[in-house]
Parts: sequence; C-alpha cells; structure tokens
Amino acid sequence: MLYRVDERLIHGQVVIAWGHQLRPERYVIVDDHLAGSAWEQDLYRLGAGSADVVFATSDEARDALPEWRAAPVRTILLTRDVGSMCRLGESGALQGESVNLGGIHHGPDRAEALTYLHLTHEDMADLRALEAEGVEVTARDLPEAHGVTLATLLNADVG
Amino acid sequence: MSDAQGTVGIVVGHGGLSQGLIDAVRRIAGDAADCLTPLSNEDKGPDELRAELDRIVGDQKAVVFVDLRSGSCGMAAQACCRDSLVRVVVCGVNLPMLLDFVFSREVPLEELAPHLAETGRNAIASITGA
Repeated sequence: MLYRVDERLIHGQVVIAWGHQLRPERYVIVDDHLAGSAWEQDLYRLGAGSADVVFATSDEARDALPEWRAAPVRTILLTRDVGSMCRLGESGALQGESVNLGGIHHGPDRAEALTYLHLTHEDMADLRALEAEGVEVTARDLPEAHGVTLATLLNADVG
Repeated sequence: MSDAQGTVGIVVGHGGLSQGLIDAVRRIAGDAADCLTPLSNEDKGPDELRAELDRIVGDQKAVVFVDLRSGSCGMAAQACCRDSLVRVVVCGVNLPMLLDFVFSREVPLEELAPHLAETGRNAIASITGA
C-alpha cells in the first residue's frame, strides 16, 4: 500500500507514473470534504481507469485501515495535504508504514522545501510528529526520483 | 485573446504543451490562432489552476481543450465547466482538432464539441509499411 500526500490526488503523475509501477486496483482518497461531495468524487473516478476509488473521512479511514491493509488489493491511499495524513495517523494508526510526499504547490504561508513540495511550519511539525510515531516520511514525486528523507527536509531552509 | 464574436478556445496542458500547440496553430493558420489562449499547470495547485481557468474564460462561450482527462488539467477543466451551458471540455487535444476549431467557431457549442472530438480521433492513425 502506498501512502501519498499529493495536492492533486488522482492525476497524471499518480495514475501514469506510479500506476504503471504499482498497478493499483484501488485508490483510497482520505479527505473530509471530498467524502461528502458526490460530483467531485465522480470527477476523480473518471481519472482512475478501471481501479476502484474509495472516499473516506480521516476518521472513517483510520477505522478501515486494518481491513484495507489485510485485503490482497494493491492500493494507493492519497491525501491532499499533510494535515489529513496526520489525522489518519493519529494513535499510531500508520506506525511502521512509509508516507510519500508527492506534491504540494506554493501557497499562503508555504515555503519551498523541494521544487514540488511546499510546506508550512505546521506541516513540518505534523511530519515530525508522524515520524516520532514510527512512520517513515520521504519526499519523492516520481517512482524513479531520488527520495528525500524528512531529516533532509527539516535541515533545508524552509520558511 | 478573447473574441466576443465567436467561441474562444483555452488550451490547458502540462508544462509547455499548450503554448507549443498554439504556436503550431499560428504557424499553419496565422492570426486565426488569436482565439486560443494557453494555460499551463506548471507551478499551479488544483485550486489555483481552476481559478485561473475560470478567470480566463469569464463569461465567454468557450471550448476548454485539455491534454489528459485524468490529469490535473482535466480535473480543473471539468470542475470549471460543470453545469455550464456556455463552456465545454474536449479532452485529448491535438493539432488537427485545434486547426478545425479556429475555423469552426460559429458552429453551435453543442455540435462543435463532439465534432472536434471526432476530428481529433480521425487524425490518429497507425501506418505500417506492409
């Protein structure tokens, strides 16, 4: 199961680059807003090809995680921001897993950590907390790209 | 780039694709390409891309061409044109489709969009030496 933070959720980089390598049968989108927006769900489903797409709030996803992990279904779990991934990981729900930081564009209070990754101070604190709970955090936009550890990101001049 | 007389086209694509396609239209069709506006997703998040597209289209009658339906460009275009009677999305943009468009802007939108998709499909061919 790939856990990825990517503002664009299901889009070309995920479906084509990561999808070609991982051949996902299911996308799980953890997003409190999208979980209640049928028309936006339809848009994302169109982009997923034949793969199943599940939408869930952070709380719903945390409850369902053990079942998703146990099922023999190749899955990419996506959140659009760091905060959603951290809420999912509350109470050690993501302990032992790896989280991929895939893409967050520039925006208010965000500083560039990598060309494809812009983080707020709150994001950085959330990521530290995730790692402290036993989650490996690595930035990598494409499968063949060099992974950047959280330690390296934290040492970068962000903000 | 806007033109109140006919439907305008906005080409939304990854990287420099949209500008490149419009440059190619201009080389072939000249000033007819003025009705086309490029929009790249480069350095834009989903909300920013959608807002920029919405601003460019404004209240004009528009065809929004996108490269990948399932990409961020396609998502932004579909969200921007949702429930609109004067905005349509055509996915899988290619040069023949755009060339057809710049000379077909007076065709009613409900006929124009499927016609352009058909033009794009018909331009794709596999040619072998056998």
